[in-house]
Amino acid sequence: MMAALIFVFSVATLLMFFVSYCRSLMAASSRHTLSREVRDVTGIPASASGRDFERVMQLLRLCPERPDDRTGLQAVGIYYGILNVVEKTVAALVPSVHMWAEQERAGCANFAIVLLDRRIAFSREILAQQGEF
Amino acid sequence: MSGSVTTIIWYLGTAMELAFVVCSIARKSFFRYFFLNLYFLLALGFSVARKLALSTFGLRSAEYYYAYFYTDALLTLALYVALISLYAHVFGELRFGKYLRLIAVLLLLGTALFTYAVVAQSTDRLSTNFAYELSQNLYFVGLVLTYILWGAVLKLRETRTRVVQFVLSLGLYFSAYAASYALLNLASRYSIVYFIAPMFGCLLPLSWTVTMWRYSEDSRLVPAQLVAVPR
Repeated sequence: MMAALIFVFSVATLLMFFVSYCRSLMAASSRHTLSREVRDVTGIPASASGRDFERVMQLLRLCPERPDDRTGLQAVGIYYGILNVVEKTVAALVPSVHMWAEQERAGCANFAIVLLDRRIAFSREILAQQGEF
Repeated sequence: MSGSVTTIIWYLGTAMELAFVVCSIARKSFFRYFFLNLYFLLALGFSVARKLALSTFGLRSAEYYYAYFYTDALLTLALYVALISLYAHVFGELRFGKYLRLIAVLLLLGTALFTYAVVAQSTDRLSTNFAYELSQNLYFVGLVLTYILWGAVLKLRETRTRVVQFVLSLGLYFSAYAASYALLNLASRYSIVYFIAPMFGCLLPLSWTVTMWRYSEDSRLVPAQLVAVPR
């Protein structure tokens, strides 16, 4: 009984810390100003919607990986998956949860776009370096 | 199979711990986050000591048993000190660091005395059980303290990205560890539950290393964006 209680409590705190961790990753990238190239490539003029995440992820897979953004992307990807589950279950019954989940999914998509922008810049740097030789 | 999985996890964890120390030296933050580095340096040293004890005396020997549980208790203590140092970072500007240290020492002594009182009543192998129980109780105290620290981070509108992510990673680590220990009690017949806690052990140095590497000390974030449900 005690073990079950500790398990439930720790899973709840784990979820809370995980959500906050993902939000801190997204907040840290929110000040990034998107380049015109990434706006053109994604076709997203100002801010993304939740549905854009998967499309941006496909574009991300086409770019060379930057080693330091892999962990953050995986964490936000898991968070997006959890939000999708919430969207299909609880959010279908409670409209306020639906609005919140959609806002969070849009945040995930914006995070992915910032990473895409950085990867495009990274690819350009690599190409420029190769051009020097 | 289980031996090779344990060895892979051990190598991964050790590499991650070393990576954090190297990263903080490279980023010139070794002394700023001294107690986090001290924790990983001790973890590295104890990992080697445990491996030596294991290869010299064997898995079922009393020597390895004592070495394992005492180094585990010392490591939990070191992590507790690292957590208090994060408190000092968050509350540093409020000038009650002196009281903070006093409360931390009192809490530590209280936990140790409580553990001693519980173990002394129920066992004939006082010393090793004391080390084991102290670790468990300090993990729980650590989880509660991290939860309170996270509340303080939000309340004080902490903006330093590194401090925020260190606290969150620690919260994730403590929660995951507590959950895996509880799962071990609930479903010990499934062998996979024995690997969950060591795997989570690799995540703390990984996330701290990523934070140390990716963000500078000047990096800031907007505190309002950390709250999941805006107030």
